[in-house]
Amino acid sequence: MTSFSSAIFYILTFLAVYVQVFFLITFFENHKKIIKRRGGISLSSYPTVTIIVPCWNEEKTLRKTIQSIFSLSYPKDKLKIILIDDGSTDKTWNIMSQFEDIDNVKVMQKENGGKYTAINLGLQNTETEFVGCLDADSFVHPEALKRIMSYFESDLSTMAVAPSIIVNTPMSIIQRAQKAEYDMAVYIKKMLGFLGAIHVTPGPFTIFRKKVFDDLGPYRHAHNTEDMEIAFRMQKNNYKIEQSNDAYVYTNAPKTVGKLFRQRLRWIYGFLNNTIDYRYLIFKKQYGNFSLFTIPAGIISVLAALYLFSRLSYNLVHFIYIKLNQISVVGVHNLPSSSHIDFFYMNTGTLLFITLFLYSLVILSMILGQKMAEGKIILSRDMLYFFVIFSVVAPFWIIKAIYNTVISKRPAWR
Amino acid sequence: MNNNIDWKKYLIVFLITASLFLTAGYLSNYFTNKKVGELKSIQDKISIDILSSETQFSLLQELSCKDVNKSALSSELSSLADKIAYSETNIGASSDIIGLKKYYSLLEIKDHLLMQKISERCGIKSVFVLYFYANKDSCPDCVKEGYALDALRAKYPEFRVYSFDYNLDLSAIKALISIYKIPNTLPALVINREVHPGFTSMEEIEKMLPALEKTIKEDTKETKSVAN
Repeated sequence: MTSFSSAIFYILTFLAVYVQVFFLITFFENHKKIIKRRGGISLSSYPTVTIIVPCWNEEKTLRKTIQSIFSLSYPKDKLKIILIDDGSTDKTWNIMSQFEDIDNVKVMQKENGGKYTAINLGLQNTETEFVGCLDADSFVHPEALKRIMSYFESDLSTMAVAPSIIVNTPMSIIQRAQKAEYDMAVYIKKMLGFLGAIHVTPGPFTIFRKKVFDDLGPYRHAHNTEDMEIAFRMQKNNYKIEQSNDAYVYTNAPKTVGKLFRQRLRWIYGFLNNTIDYRYLIFKKQYGNFSLFTIPAGIISVLAALYLFSRLSYNLVHFIYIKLNQISVVGVHNLPSSSHIDFFYMNTGTLLFITLFLYSLVILSMILGQKMAEGKIILSRDMLYFFVIFSVVAPFWIIKAIYNTVISKRPAWR
Repeated sequence: MNNNIDWKKYLIVFLITASLFLTAGYLSNYFTNKKVGELKSIQDKISIDILSSETQFSLLQELSCKDVNKSALSSELSSLADKIAYSETNIGASSDIIGLKKYYSLLEIKDHLLMQKISERCGIKSVFVLYFYANKDSCPDCVKEGYALDALRAKYPEFRVYSFDYNLDLSAIKALISIYKIPNTLPALVINREVHPGFTSMEEIEKMLPALEKTIKEDTKETKSVAN
């Protein structure tokens, strides 16, 4: 049983290390192409872009989101904004209505039908060549749109460009853990961009050519992860997705474990179910690295987290069992003390070193992501928070997502 | 669309990952060898202890009882036992480890004989037990007995446990098993030449070895006189 367990551990860690090495090699191949623009840039032309803001009970953040769009460094006459209230029950509509009279702003209200229905209503009212969406809990950097549009300008085959999502003023430990994770995501998304294998076009400010929706159809419900499904659909149809590492979007990350759990449950559930829906893409070379690398890597990360958790849980239960057994034999007062540390009893097995390599590669990916997004490296405690919190909590949302998938129960949006 | 697959890259990444695994294996092997080396250096120290023990054994007739060192064996002996047990579980029962275990068992027997002689000649009450065990899969109670004996060793520093792997292929152990008629219902303790098969609790061992309490009292007396 132990050797079987170790064999699984070896296989999963091998695959997990493989994924990290793959990213690192991709980085070395392409690092000269990674640009980090600090100031403003000029484009040879400024195509008109529509930004759709779907809202459901966003009274707290909506005003700031809209203001950030107005502050974009982009010709105002080339920017159209569609604000859509998806049946909010708070003051979202009142706030939205205050922008009704502004040129190029369209305000719409509909019955609640889910985010994808609100964006689709916006798409129906879009007449521009480019369109994007901005979640009403996120804010864009003034230069973000121009930096994204530069990718479309330099490559006509680019059909969508995703931004770098940064955690907005992380305060709590949970948010700081997510900051480290989002930094890592900037690196991973950029590498996936080089591989032509991005699997999600995030709701906050991914800009598309309108042709994508004209050709492939509107957003779908897609298990509450419509931004993932459209990326899967684009990959299926060989539509190129890029990532702009210096186009920043600031998002309000969940502050509490409960909110983080619900968000990630939805994401993992979405990943699992979209993968099931698009399972025919896996290991088909005509779909490129998306098929051979991205989806398998996602599945490996789910399995590895699950296995690691079960192993840690087993070790913890085993430790408690031994202690209880000892107490039953010798009593609490006679328990052996473990104050003496001896190198001899340190675990120096192969798995320890492999795990150390794996953690080093993950830390390196966080550092590289931070460098790409912020242009500097700060070794903060956020990384430590990430490892502690995500190691403990992530397996629970993964287990719940798998359970929900098995019983076909769709998680709530919030 | 970038759907050209760079198979060479997939292969190179595989080779790099494999070499990382090999490096991990090499590092693990390096540290394992260091640990075995540490065990061997303890073994060397013990071989000197054997010689010392044998010399003391020969001199016993000429020594007065007060000169007899009750703790003839190296203080590292019990830690060696723990390290051998740990190595067997975590490194595997390699020939090096089994060899050390046999050596250790022989030393224990030697020391046990010496202690018996001292007890008889000087009338010292014995504070030692012989403990026969098997691995935890075939003898779950041996784990419990081990906890009890460890706790007693911690409680009474003079208390000595001579532990023997019942299944170790060593003629000297087989002779002990035959002399004391140790049954295969393990664990089994030999206390004052009497065999106690099955699990024996801490309290029962303490009752059978009243001299244990004295060792603590004597220690306390010694500490007080040093303080005065």
